[in-house]
Amino acid sequence: MSANDTTLLTTPLNALHIELGARMVPFAGYSMPVQYPTGLMAEHHHTRKAAGLFDVSHMGQLRLRGPDACAAFESLMPVDVIDLPVGKQRYGLLLTEEGTIIDDLMFFKKAQDELFVIVNGACKAGDIAHIQAQIGKRCQVNPLPDYALLALQGPQAVTALARLAPGVEKLVFMTGGDFTVDTGTQKINVFLTRSGYTGEDGFEISVHNDHAEALARALLAQPEVQPIGLGARNSLRLEAGLCLYGNDIDTRTTPVEASLNWAIQKVRRTGGAREGGFPCATKILAALADSTGASGTKGTKKRVGLIAQERIPVREHTELQDGAGNRIGEVTSGLLGPTVNQCVAMGYIDASLAALGTPVVAIVRGKPVPMVVSAMPFVPTNYYRG
Amino acid sequence: MSIKYTADHEWLQVEGDIATVGITHHAQDALGDVVFVDLPAVGASIDAKAVAGVVESVKAAADVYMPVTGEILEVNETLRDDPSLANTDPLGAGWFFKVKLSNPAELDGLMDETSYTAFSANA
Repeated sequence: MSANDTTLLTTPLNALHIELGARMVPFAGYSMPVQYPTGLMAEHHHTRKAAGLFDVSHMGQLRLRGPDACAAFESLMPVDVIDLPVGKQRYGLLLTEEGTIIDDLMFFKKAQDELFVIVNGACKAGDIAHIQAQIGKRCQVNPLPDYALLALQGPQAVTALARLAPGVEKLVFMTGGDFTVDTGTQKINVFLTRSGYTGEDGFEISVHNDHAEALARALLAQPEVQPIGLGARNSLRLEAGLCLYGNDIDTRTTPVEASLNWAIQKVRRTGGAREGGFPCATKILAALADSTGASGTKGTKKRVGLIAQERIPVREHTELQDGAGNRIGEVTSGLLGPTVNQCVAMGYIDASLAALGTPVVAIVRGKPVPMVVSAMPFVPTNYYRG
Repeated sequence: MSIKYTADHEWLQVEGDIATVGITHHAQDALGDVVFVDLPAVGASIDAKAVAGVVESVKAAADVYMPVTGEILEVNETLRDDPSLANTDPLGAGWFFKVKLSNPAELDGLMDETSYTAFSANA
């Protein structure tokens, strides 16, 4: 054990992970399970065909409250917060003054004056400080360190969870609410949403630390459910075309470069009812207008999906070249996708070369590996929309 | 016939002046599911400690080092089609390549099973 391990934080499920034989690794300052004895590949497949339970308690949970909370939070992101209906969840992007991405997050409107926000674990201290500094005078910003977060993902997640918490089956994708989970020996209050980060149907469940292990054990007792580590979470999210903060997006990328235009609702765009009003809005709205052109702007970069034409994983930081050997970009995430059974990646290339079907070359250990710019997600998503 | 181990977690089974090389159980366990193996060219002469190939798991890529100096006589073509053999049978069907030893004295610098077991337990 290295000296650093002694400084790692643990989640309320730490003892359970060890009992289940998890291989623990440092991640976002926590000791987290990267895989269990069945291994990443089996865990990935199990999640796609049944249900996987993930401990994502390293992620940050916080609550914003007050009559001005929604308008205040909206001022930090190019996203519609004000008009999001109560009971619904949305994906958001915290921006720097330069229009680059501080973090990506999920927020849920619990009431007109209350938002529940989930941010990335590695970013949470910075996010909370940023939100507090920017809008702390307009609303209450309360971190929720006493709450764990579990993700139950996969096509049978609803079957397993509805057995313990009847009613969850009525939720559709990106909605949620307060539920009681009956484990048979105790009733546990949770707040959950029908969402996740695997491309599958599923739930994210916020539970008080004191009840996290009992909830996890109750879920793992369901025949559909297996524990899944962060390794498979990464391969599942990449197949689903979802960004990993720190790899695929960071403070060097804008939402438009990151192909996250879909996350910018019309109301905040040029001509919308609340046009602009977020950091670096002028530049981002101009780029947004431009990126809807046929081929993007020469010299700007764009996040794309890539499929290798050989069975060779193309990892992050691998250089991408055009057919003439010119550097045109870099891979930011890449692996063998267990479900697609192909080597898939995402990365940034010159926007003029980002059209689907464009051939590019990845230089893997000096060897050229042909790749093709491809649509994402790499596997069809399985969200439940009712 | 004896099995030797390197600090880079390769094993060699030596018969006469020919060694069969693979990665150890410890190495495959640390790597996780192996999805791709890049093997050296048959006929290539490679120095000890030079990179002879690459093994990629779902998680990461790792270099495979030449445990001894020599010429590649044969590679395990089956492993190209089924890289998971490196996980399921690392010391058997998951072998990587056979090498003709140029300098058998190099074997003296490698670990025996007892030493390697102790070494990998602390790795």
